[in-house]
Amino acid sequence: MAQDGIGAAMKRKEDLRFLTGKGTYVDDINRPGQAWAAFVRSPHAHARIVAVRTEAARKAPGVVAVLTGADLAADKVGILPAGWLIHSKDGSPMVEPGHPALVADKVRHVGDQVAVVVAETRDQAREAAGLVEVEYQELAAAVTVTQAVAPGAPLVHDQAKANTCYDWHLGDKAATDAAFAKAAKVVTLDLVNNRLIPNAMEPRAAIGEFDRATGDLTLWTTSQNPHLIRLLLAAFTLGVPEHKLRVVAPDVGGGFGSKIFHYAEDFTVLWAARKIGRPVKWTNTRSEAFQSDAHGRDHVTHVELALDKDGKFLGLRERTLANMGAYLSQFAPSVPTYLHSTLLAGCYTTPAIYAEVRAVFTNTVPVDAYRGAGRPEASYLLERIVDVAAREMGIDRVEIRRRNFIQPSQFPYQTPVALQYDSGDYGATLDEALKRSDWAGFEKRRAEARGRGKLRGIGISTYVEACGIAPSAVVGALGGRVGLWESAHVRVHPTGTVTLFTGTHSHGQSHETTFAQLIAEKLGIPFDNVEVVHGDTAKSAFAMGTYGSRSLAVGGSAIVQAVDKIVAKGRKIAAHLLEAGEGDVEFRDGKFTVKGTDRSKSFGEVALTAYIPHNYPAGLEPGLEEGAVYDPKNFTFPAGCHVCEVEVDPDTGTVQVVGFTAVDDVGIVINPMIVEGQVHGGVTQGIGQALLEEALYDDTSGQLLSGSFLGYNMPRAADVPSFRVGTKVTACTHNPLGVKGVGEVGAIGSPPAVINAVCDAIGVRHLDMPATPERVWRALRTARKA
Amino acid sequence: MPAISLKLNGRSVTAEVEARTLLVELLRERLGLTGTHVGCDTSQCGACTVHVDGRSVKSCTMLAVEADGREVTTIEGLAAADGTLSPVQAAFREHHGLQCGFCTPGMVMSATELVRRNPGAGEREIREWLEGNLCRCTGYHNIVKAVQAAAQTGRG
Ligand code: FES
Ligand code: FES
Repeated sequence: MAQDGIGAAMKRKEDLRFLTGKGTYVDDINRPGQAWAAFVRSPHAHARIVAVRTEAARKAPGVVAVLTGADLAADKVGILPAGWLIHSKDGSPMVEPGHPALVADKVRHVGDQVAVVVAETRDQAREAAGLVEVEYQELAAAVTVTQAVAPGAPLVHDQAKANTCYDWHLGDKAATDAAFAKAAKVVTLDLVNNRLIPNAMEPRAAIGEFDRATGDLTLWTTSQNPHLIRLLLAAFTLGVPEHKLRVVAPDVGGGFGSKIFHYAEDFTVLWAARKIGRPVKWTNTRSEAFQSDAHGRDHVTHVELALDKDGKFLGLRERTLANMGAYLSQFAPSVPTYLHSTLLAGCYTTPAIYAEVRAVFTNTVPVDAYRGAGRPEASYLLERIVDVAAREMGIDRVEIRRRNFIQPSQFPYQTPVALQYDSGDYGATLDEALKRSDWAGFEKRRAEARGRGKLRGIGISTYVEACGIAPSAVVGALGGRVGLWESAHVRVHPTGTVTLFTGTHSHGQSHETTFAQLIAEKLGIPFDNVEVVHGDTAKSAFAMGTYGSRSLAVGGSAIVQAVDKIVAKGRKIAAHLLEAGEGDVEFRDGKFTVKGTDRSKSFGEVALTAYIPHNYPAGLEPGLEEGAVYDPKNFTFPAGCHVCEVEVDPDTGTVQVVGFTAVDDVGIVINPMIVEGQVHGGVTQGIGQALLEEALYDDTSGQLLSGSFLGYNMPRAADVPSFRVGTKVTACTHNPLGVKGVGEVGAIGSPPAVINAVCDAIGVRHLDMPATPERVWRALRTARKA
Repeated sequence: MPAISLKLNGRSVTAEVEARTLLVELLRERLGLTGTHVGCDTSQCGACTVHVDGRSVKSCTMLAVEADGREVTTIEGLAAADGTLSPVQAAFREHHGLQCGFCTPGMVMSATELVRRNPGAGEREIREWLEGNLCRCTGYHNIVKAVQAAAQTGRG
């Protein structure tokens, strides 16, 4: 291992600029002559637009333009598309209403965009937005999924009968029914996976610019995947030639999924910039972000587990209502289906599984992928029902999991829900987590806490998830409208230093560091000699961006392929210089050496020769730059075990997480410091979901009650403990690095561990998230009465 | 428009500002110091934290005119003139106390005051001190470690 290569806890290349205030986020950029945009948003959950009166706003100081849904319709642009087509059980395609960037007919959620005002300054734009008069005819709203599917519910879209987008299923129903018929025990559970608001700390922002002289358009945007935004703008929303459009996503302050999507505002600033011939800038306020960033989760689920008398799982059934919100955000249809029900085997050998998922429109903000996207919902229902089953059958919680684990010898393992796991060792992560959390010594800690008047509980979850989605052909067969490969271009400079151009995007993931380590290792050059470029369609080749923990598993694999090509060409050059046969030259530690001799050429000498090809192989192109595209062969399957310990104050219902252990198998680790940081962040979001966070709507008016950091509880430093984090490694068998992905494991494994701990502490069968003091206190009171 | 003068990162600055201009707007939009960030509009995230006369202040809650005659330090003014990071900045790097970097300027400014006022602060004190600063990336674990390490040096 090189000192600064794979496995080294290198300090980050990114840090210096961020620590000294020199990062460049979109809102830090200002363009000459720029105007500002502000949006007029609906105050109603559901209302017909009777009239939009813009005269007063147009006359306000500094106003340059006011654009409405009527302008959008006249230009025949601005319909945001869905990126994934799901078919219902009966074979019919999902109902797919377009999402206009500015609506003209009726608003469908609080925060829906009705008009945009462009003015000289931000304050003038915001003030004038307040002067746009929209006359509404209010309609009854369908706010929750349960309301939306009730007979006679108001229709969000007329074409979606019973507000149903699709009614999908997966698995073998007959086999599952048969499994239940022979079960010694059936356990059922109704649970809610609470709606969340991602709240990356940087609010979304965008600047559109149009150069009349050249016809070039540029969009700076807070995006996780600038190339996809460019494709969607070119092919769908704005209809401009792709080669005349550049999308730049510079430093981006967190995403967690919420910055994957092509939002109305991205389109609108570019459209407006082209209309007025000036750059147009927009930055979201946090209050608007609550009403305009895609939300996450929001499932209402019934789950049943069939067991034999020894606690072996025989079958699992799921029935879920998944909230899509008012429109289909790009990846929304895939989240409760192929990113969710396909994970229902978990770590277990359950032979028969059947899932039914009905996606429902409601008068709420669109719901889409948020850290984990479908998989936290799977791990939660599974790890909750396994705990309930253990409790009801009197089997130890750890033992019931062990009894049902897929064993290391069973890989590759084909689940009954489409996936084939390539590798894993679930017992190993479990054992390590039990050890590190001192599971065995818990009862002593419980007794000690009781002495202090506290109820202490411990909870466990053993999860598996799927990352690095997936062979493009499979994605296509499942309804995805994109390929999910990734690109890398490695440019070796004449002096032997390297610039990597990647299609992935880093918004906290530390790609500049990890990818440099990877190249340093593979080319045997110093870490400091590698620069990583990302986030600009004018620099990197088309690729798919960052989400689903894919950057290393897919993007890193593309880097390896490109580096292999560099080495192959370098070997030809070195063989020529060394007057040896190509097959006799090996590359190791940054040197091309004639096997069995000490005759060698350094990587730098070979690079220089490639650019000054005076003595050069005949017929070989000069230069040393290679590109590669990697299309994954399968998903990767990170897995692990999380153990949570809580203390509950029985008088107030307050839950404090007093210990948290995460042992994850994320495959080969490139930088352990960065991997641990990803787990810390994911676990904290999971604790947030389990104890604090909930996007709450008034179920009559459809007003967002948790519409600021006052009403929406983000985890703060005192809400979480210091974590015990560890890894166990089984290598991924189908990508060249053996890596699996670490971005989402924390958020997937932790919520059930937390709720299992709370239930253990207060002795109840189930409690919905978030386990707020009020909920816990009420549950305790009910339990005492019973 | 009222004219104000203040000492900003050690240099005297005068500016004409509207009475309603916030300190963070003056810094970011007029003076080009974009290291100070805006993460909310309800003064709850702390991304905008700067020092005014050595105390951390959320610059979105203070009017620019209130900074008249005072000494303001932003994240850009924390490292030494030769670029040497302050002990807190260096500790954040050493302990991976930042990911996307958006909360970082506010975190560092806030932590710097704690370390100066309370050298040797323990985990609980640090977590409570940082109540006003949200981070969505790090889960706070490494931020706390960094601040603890800096606190042990006793220098902000
Ligand atoms: S910007 Fe959030 S507290 Fe100042
Ligand atoms: S590092 Fe991203 S919000 Fe703190």
